Amino acid sequence: MKIILEIWRQKDAQDSGRFVRYEVPDVSEHMSFLEMLDVLNQQLLAKGEEPVAFDSDCREGICGTCGFVINGSAHGPVHGGTVCQLHMRSFKDGDRLRLEPWRAGAFPVVRDLIVNRSAFDRIIMAGGFVSVRTGSAVDGNTLPVPKPDADRSMDMAACIGCGACVAACPNASAMLFTAAKVSHLGLLPQGQPERHQRALGMLGQMEAEGFGHCTGIGECEAVCPAHITLDAIARANGDFVKAVVWHREAKAGSGGG
Amino acid sequence: MTLDSKIPSGPIEQKWQRAKDEYKLVNPANKRKFSVIVVGTGLAGAAAAASLAEMGYKVKAFCYQDSARRAHSIAAQGGINAAKNYQNDGDSVFRLFYDTIKGGDFRAREANVYRLAEVSANIIDQCVAQGVPFAREYGGVLANRSFGGAQVSRTFYARGQTGQQLLLGAYQALMRQVATGQVELYPRTEMLELVVADGRARGVVVRNLATGAIESYAADAVVLATGGYGNVFYLSTNAKGCNTTAIWRAHRKGAYFANPCYTQIHPTCIPRSGDYQSKLTLMSESLRNDGRIWVPKKKGDGRSPEQIPEDERDYYLERVYPSYGNLAPRDVSSRQAKYACDEGRGVGPGGLGVYLDFSEAIQRLGQELIAERYGNLFDMYARITGENPYRVPMRIYPAVHYTMGGLWVDYQLQSTIPGLFVAGEANFSDHGANRLGASALMQGLADGYFVLPYTIGNYLGQGGLGKVDAGHAAFREAEQQVDERARKLLSINGKRSADSFHRELGTLMWENCGMARSEKSLKEALARIPAIRAEFWENVRVLGGEEELNQELEKAGRVADFLELAELLCADALQRNESCGGHFRVEHATPDGEAQRNDAEYAYVSAWEWGGAGKPWALHKESLTFDTVHLATRSYK
Repeated sequence: MKIILEIWRQKDAQDSGRFVRYEVPDVSEHMSFLEMLDVLNQQLLAKGEEPVAFDSDCREGICGTCGFVINGSAHGPVHGGTVCQLHMRSFKDGDRLRLEPWRAGAFPVVRDLIVNRSAFDRIIMAGGFVSVRTGSAVDGNTLPVPKPDADRSMDMAACIGCGACVAACPNASAMLFTAAKVSHLGLLPQGQPERHQRALGMLGQMEAEGFGHCTGIGECEAVCPAHITLDAIARANGDFVKAVVWHREAKAGSGGG
Repeated sequence: MTLDSKIPSGPIEQKWQRAKDEYKLVNPANKRKFSVIVVGTGLAGAAAAASLAEMGYKVKAFCYQDSARRAHSIAAQGGINAAKNYQNDGDSVFRLFYDTIKGGDFRAREANVYRLAEVSANIIDQCVAQGVPFAREYGGVLANRSFGGAQVSRTFYARGQTGQQLLLGAYQALMRQVATGQVELYPRTEMLELVVADGRARGVVVRNLATGAIESYAADAVVLATGGYGNVFYLSTNAKGCNTTAIWRAHRKGAYFANPCYTQIHPTCIPRSGDYQSKLTLMSESLRNDGRIWVPKKKGDGRSPEQIPEDERDYYLERVYPSYGNLAPRDVSSRQAKYACDEGRGVGPGGLGVYLDFSEAIQRLGQELIAERYGNLFDMYARITGENPYRVPMRIYPAVHYTMGGLWVDYQLQSTIPGLFVAGEANFSDHGANRLGASALMQGLADGYFVLPYTIGNYLGQGGLGKVDAGHAAFREAEQQVDERARKLLSINGKRSADSFHRELGTLMWENCGMARSEKSLKEALARIPAIRAEFWENVRVLGGEEELNQELEKAGRVADFLELAELLCADALQRNESCGGHFRVEHATPDGEAQRNDAEYAYVSAWEWGGAGKPWALHKESLTFDTVHLATRSYK
């Protein structure tokens, strides 16, 4: 089949960027979407044109490196997976597809379809961990974890950090990403000692990075390749409210001592 | 140079403790005066960087990905082994050690493997404490599953995403240290040269992949945790960016390369579908717990699987290996798949596939339980192939997955360059000629959390390190080498892309040095590789500039190094006149097609010394002794 692409080309962060039209003939339905772009890039290279820059690495949907918007939908029209797992059998001959990078102030464009997602790393730095030194752990079975808690925690821990939730959100909020980590650790006994601090730190950092607020629209859940649900956000909001009270009391307490 | 593996004296159970008791320590006030560079942020790298930083060392960590969380450890599916014996099924440190030595076909160092088995239990504890959501039983305790090459259930797992969860644990520990300022993290940065000053590894030259800037960083020790070189075959289960450049550049600066021919072909991957194929996707070995592998008994049987009656199916692993059945180790299973396809009994396009069938397990356990165990893997299969594996059997075929070879290291994980340590898949140390499933995660984390923090302290504590900063002449020289190489690649402006050379090399390697190797095929490859390399340097086309994000330039640099490594890999395979583990020489097979080892002549590690561009390598041998486990023919029958 033949696919017509309109791809966002932008040389660097300073460049204003534009859509450029390309045609890829002889696309096989068994190709992955990124393999179709590989073919396009080989054609461009042969013609002496610079290939389209896009991020990808594992190409099996788990590393979270790839991702762009296809016709307005993050990771493309088939929800529940990354764009590297999207195959051309989901399209038909003559389809026109518009490819653009994640659009969010906190994700500046690096080049073409590549954005800078280091804001996500800084949100994790603000509390997305359990403070335990190597060598100081007790036996793994010392603290039993009810199976339903372990399973729910795993559901939340499945986030791959791709950024589709931000791209899909009209507010460019990173709430699903942030809340998934708050929930993953908050559901386990190991995460309890720092639970309040974590919620305050991570949600504070999300705001500081320039992501928008969550207004419960749910676009994030619809496109999430790791099937993170809005329950995460409900749980993180609960943790945040409790943490604010906890923080106030802790401050008052320490002042009195 | 004679190879000194620095194995501590004493009985095998006491070696590691004795070594730790004797290693030099660095006092807390002095730790902050030392700096360590860690290249790669997978399990080994992130664990090492976080642990060293927690101890007080100043750490600089580098990765080519845009975030430390994306290293390819993340794609490991099945699990991580540990000798916890939570199942009360007779597991012990000794049994894990024994299984690993035997699984490695008696080509690994006993002392290293024993230490690996010993610290395996600590790894699980550490990861649980970090909040890794391992699978649990209803009583709240940790669950286990069984895996290839073992008769006990010692594999811990987090659905089919164990690597992801362990890596996120290590990544989060690392980011905690970045937040305290103890680690400086450089993502989207690729190491292109090792800097050796006054005979010691003292830094790296890197390229900032976002801006193209060439930068130098100095330290007191350097750790390479940069993964394996399976992408020398172009198609593999590795990530697109996985490459050999860091270890290859170190090899050219004096680090010996050990056992390059030990490459692992994983039996259960999704077959390729066309020439555009960019990578191969693994289906976890854990699927073999419930899936049964078969091909039609009849050659060229074109019927669809449900039309083939039970008595016309050959469950060949169960037939040939009754005691291990579908859980036979990877090298053995891959080879049997190849035999079946070579006989014309393969299924799917081109006859390059075998069935992995869950129908019986679904009948026995119900679809819900199977979905709970393997749901994400089934989803992934359905997405890639467009087929529903709950209804029709999966089609699988072997693919390059892991490389047991790597830079030579001693017991302290130090290479032949003082101050250069190598961890995880990048070193050669623990898996011999074949790695068992769920042991890569174990080794990466053992090296990073529990070995390097001691052995690097021992190195730094010995003193004698002069002051070297990035102003040293060795850095200027290395920067110049990097710059010249990039300019050369950009100036050729030939007709072929870096990818096309990579594919050509990969096809040659797969055909001539893949699942089966012969003197003829290897000599042919050794004749052709230099020709491909020569054409590459005259005819590659890399557009764009040096000082910008340039993915073609990145690829070309990596392919250039693969073109050198490939030659060494084939040379190593040619000199090893035996079959062992993942290295199968057709001249050395038993009558029933099993690998025929030659312990009298080949019970050694081959460690290759770079001889200079265009000159032959020098082979050094570290002989392997087996004092605890007796050399025996591996049998899974």
